[in-house]
Amino acid sequence: MPNIKVQVNSKEYTREVEPRLLLSDFLRHELGLTGTHVGCEHGVCGACTVLLGGEAVRSCLMLAVQVDGQELTTVEGLAGADGTLHPIQAAFREAHGLQCGFCTPGILMTLVPFLREHPSPNEDDIRHALSGNLCRCTGYHNIVAAARLAAEKMTSSKSA
Amino acid sequence: MSTRQFGQRVLRTEDPRLLRGEALFIDDLSFPDMLHVAIVRSMHAHARLLRVDVAGVRAHPGVTAVYTADDLGALMKPGPVLVPPPPIPGSTFNARTQTPLAKGKLRFVGEPIAVIVASSRYVAEDAAELVVVDADPIDAVVDLDAALAPNAPLVHDDLPSNMAAHVAQRRGDYAKARESAARVIQRRFRYDRGAAAAIENRGVIANWDARTSELTVWDTTQAPIPVRNALASSFSLSESQVRVIAPYIGGGFGPKIMFYPEELLIPWIAMQLGRPIKWIEDRSENFVGTTQEREQIHDAEIAVDKDGRILGIRDSFLHDTGAYDPYGLTVPINAQCTLLGPYEVPAYESEFTVVFTNKTIVTPVRGAGRQHGVFVMERLLDFAAKELGLTAVEIRRRNYIPPNAFPYNYEILYQDMAPLTYDSGNYQPALEQAIKLVEYDRFVEEQPKLRAEGRHLGIGVVSYVEGTGIGPYEGARVRVDPNGSVTLATGVGTQGQGHFTSFAQIVADQLGLAPTDVRVVTGDTREMHWGTGTFASRGAVVAGSATHAAAMRVREKVVRLASELFEAAPDDIVLDGGRAYVRGSPSRAISLGELAQKANPLRGAVRPGTEPGLEATSYFGPERGSTANGVHAMVVEVDPETANVRILRYVVAHDCGNVINPLIVEGQIHGGVALGIGNAFYEKLSYDGNGQLTSASFMDYLLPTALEVPPIETVHIETPSPLNPLGMKGVGEAGAIPVAAAFAQAVENALARPGFEILEIPLSPSRLYELLEAARQEPRAR
Repeated sequence: MPNIKVQVNSKEYTREVEPRLLLSDFLRHELGLTGTHVGCEHGVCGACTVLLGGEAVRSCLMLAVQVDGQELTTVEGLAGADGTLHPIQAAFREAHGLQCGFCTPGILMTLVPFLREHPSPNEDDIRHALSGNLCRCTGYHNIVAAARLAAEKMTSSKSA
Repeated sequence: MSTRQFGQRVLRTEDPRLLRGEALFIDDLSFPDMLHVAIVRSMHAHARLLRVDVAGVRAHPGVTAVYTADDLGALMKPGPVLVPPPPIPGSTFNARTQTPLAKGKLRFVGEPIAVIVASSRYVAEDAAELVVVDADPIDAVVDLDAALAPNAPLVHDDLPSNMAAHVAQRRGDYAKARESAARVIQRRFRYDRGAAAAIENRGVIANWDARTSELTVWDTTQAPIPVRNALASSFSLSESQVRVIAPYIGGGFGPKIMFYPEELLIPWIAMQLGRPIKWIEDRSENFVGTTQEREQIHDAEIAVDKDGRILGIRDSFLHDTGAYDPYGLTVPINAQCTLLGPYEVPAYESEFTVVFTNKTIVTPVRGAGRQHGVFVMERLLDFAAKELGLTAVEIRRRNYIPPNAFPYNYEILYQDMAPLTYDSGNYQPALEQAIKLVEYDRFVEEQPKLRAEGRHLGIGVVSYVEGTGIGPYEGARVRVDPNGSVTLATGVGTQGQGHFTSFAQIVADQLGLAPTDVRVVTGDTREMHWGTGTFASRGAVVAGSATHAAAMRVREKVVRLASELFEAAPDDIVLDGGRAYVRGSPSRAISLGELAQKANPLRGAVRPGTEPGLEATSYFGPERGSTANGVHAMVVEVDPETANVRILRYVVAHDCGNVINPLIVEGQIHGGVALGIGNAFYEKLSYDGNGQLTSASFMDYLLPTALEVPPIETVHIETPSPLNPLGMKGVGEAGAIPVAAAFAQAVENALARPGFEILEIPLSPSRLYELLEAARQEPRAR
């Protein structure tokens, strides 16, 4: 079995993995990073979204061996070491952008690169950015509000 | 005193854990020595099952065990009827429930045939490929009308037909009402629902500890206590030997209330093998193996007088229950009763026939049949309004039950086995608020101008009621620990409704705390022995009322003890910020923790009859459900070339009695509306003539995304329920119920084509296009 070396949330891991092991299963069951969720395993729901080299990818559509030597961020890497919520996480709480919370990690990880590229998005931009993530609880209303609030929080903290 | 928490937009206490990815969902659990399960399911909708050959599986490396029906012994018996049918005179109900694994016959695609236990899910799925299922296909029963034809193949060979049940209920004299009517309008409606499609699939993990003779099961269930009871009974264990834990659950929406074969098989296998066993459903399994809601076909007519007042309604409908009917009559009875809506209907004649088909089992999905009934009633009113030259708004206004008519008894039986009686309501304000918010008058004025510009905008305004908060009961236990922390335990499971916060608000108000000071435990049978589950929009109403009662009793204990210590009158004791003190003397306070210690002396004598600790358990069972109501209004734009529909405005005016937390209630409504939009225009469980589900993936079964669901504007009206002390009504399903009815009215209104009527749901751009073409070619035919 091949050996892979990855950096996840700034920590290095070396593991022997089966070539067919999905990246989502690797993160969840080999590394114990169970914050990344699996909803469909065919790349539609977006719950398993993680950052690979800073870009959002669906971890259920990749194999663990494909990320050998690369750097990943999962939802566990967003909050501060003391548990302080990332501004996007804080905005989700304030705007009630989550209910069951199962799709939430994937949505957060989709928004991290989106808000980096689009610091002042309008509602239409946000809805397009979220269109690859399914949520069955919120009707997206408060997710959109949370994304807007997160953008405000991050731009104001930058300009401050 | 601290601010009252009830009614405040309190931020959810469960969120930080969920946002950091720390909340425990079922698939996050892992044990050393744990084995993994894959389930071999029927590929046939209807077949004789001749042989299941698992010889090749046993030899596969990594496989520990494989089970077929022949290996189950005493477990191989039909499952329970979870909800017995209400005692409606003259009704028939043929109970047919599934055995844990199929034997002799396969009745739907997805029915479990064999279970493989292996070192990993990957290995278990490899081995599943090696199972040889020898089956002889039979013509599948798919279409509802055809299912009842004399020579139809039988889903259950021992029954004379595919009729699962027949129920008739009536109020008044419809025939007489019809005779005196100015207009009688008759239509046939087809209303199909869909999958709940919670983003988290189901899962079960079980561990049998032979040393303590205790079975622990983690289960994505909405009803952990009934699951515990069923397991104890199946395995001849006492209920205290079985602990069922519903951890954080990634959405329920109804189907997780069922008791599925996997919930019996996984714990049984754990006991057989003495190892922790894990089964996590995948999305493909979820589409066929998790219950759904599907089609009803209604032949309905409404009799109205010349002013548009309803004189009576007659309805006869078919209801598809799938291959079995473990959930009794809940869904069709909801359709039958909810059809009446907020209107005075002096005469009602309604009968339904439940039909077995070779499809996945039907049990409640958010709304649970209410959508079907509301669609029929609202469409009938729309057509009646058109014939009489009234607006859709005016005909509704003329038919509401007046506010002084409550309690309003319809004299038929509801799903909770009590007479369908609305406890309270005030319907017209919801209508007026909704049309004000959606700017109805302005829209009506502008519509012709827009049409002249070639834009097809339409408006839909519909009403609904929802029977919520039904019995039998729930319990709650509140305890102050010696460290001052306060814990509330209740038996209902939680699937994202914010129970951790709203229940904490109720406790906080009684004990003078902040909601974050209250630790809420839900869905662990070790913490609360008694209860039924989360269904019928009842969590906040029933478990919330039990919570209120328990918290009040703990408050009494705290106050009594503090008044003794301070030698003050109980009325003068103030509870605030986790402390008790005599009014006016906050500096001389005692903490709740110290009081808890004093309430539990470890030496010395207590007064006879003293209960230890600051703890109380209370139960609440309403005499019947409380009825919530609301009005939805939407503005759509239809592109007549592509038949695509865009929702421009969505307004909800709703009344769920007193609101614990508006933030959470609005969220519930938003989500319900989104589900309703999916039901109206995007989601379809498409079965082919062989009973194969051809839309069994998220690429074919389209959940609405952020692009399809518009912003949703809400307004609250509060008519308190007299049936519980806090005046609450449920809201969990409300948002989903009237959406398709509003959608149909709005799309018709946008196109205003003669002969074009929407009599079916779901639509889609292509189906809407077909309907438009048909109306164009034959404008008057029907």
